[in-house]
Amino acid sequence: MDRRQVLKGAGSAGAVSVAIAAGLLKPTDVFAVDAKAFAASDAGAVMAAVGGSGAEANAGVVVGAPDIAENGAVVPVDVTSNIAGTTSIAIVAEKNSLPLIAEFNFSNGAVAYVATRIKMGVTSNVIAVAKAGGKAYKGHKEVKVTIGGCGG
Amino acid sequence: MAMKLRASMSGDTADIKCLMNHPMETGLRKDAASGKVVPAHFITNVTCTVGGKTVVDAQWGGGISKNPYLALKVKGAKSGDTVTVNWVDNKGEKEAISANIG
Repeated sequence: MDRRQVLKGAGSAGAVSVAIAAGLLKPTDVFAVDAKAFAASDAGAVMAAVGGSGAEANAGVVVGAPDIAENGAVVPVDVTSNIAGTTSIAIVAEKNSLPLIAEFNFSNGAVAYVATRIKMGVTSNVIAVAKAGGKAYKGHKEVKVTIGGCGG
Repeated sequence: MAMKLRASMSGDTADIKCLMNHPMETGLRKDAASGKVVPAHFITNVTCTVGGKTVVDAQWGGGISKNPYLALKVKGAKSGDTVTVNWVDNKGEKEAISANIG
């Protein structure tokens, strides 16, 4: 497949997956959230960027976090998606100055689970957006922050 | 202090835990002494491979806490497989660590 064919076929999902299979495109080139989304300050724009605007709230997307975080600089968060075929999980701290925390893509046997520590400026929901079978699902957990972790 | 990685089997699932050393500056924080904004300096990409195959490929912003902690789970891995975690930051600095699943 030459470059011209790839470009001509770029409109169809089939050609894109062929290009991925042929090693012409890395999966991250196609599915990765735009790096600019990490600089967006509006939670709505961030949700759109991660494909979560129309996400269906689903109890299968479980966000684990403390009810109260005394130190917003270090808030332990874990996310599990029990939805079969989950390929990615994005984590959004709704009221942070920069709400998009991270996006994780899973392949080759990785369980749709991640645990990490995040910064939270103020009390807000931590939203997880999981994608499976071309659909987006979300879950959330509210974390009350007593000392914010984004300013100092 | 170097990067740390531990991987162990729990049933049919490998538990992978990693600690990285990084300031994770968002670019919004002001230095208390000088009052100047501390420039953004954070990890932007993290990948984890098991046996040479990518299992998790992540994009991060500055909202991950300083000296990041990351835990993952991988099915189908087995004791002895090599786990590697790589990170790259917004300045192009990078670090990697490997360990065998115990």
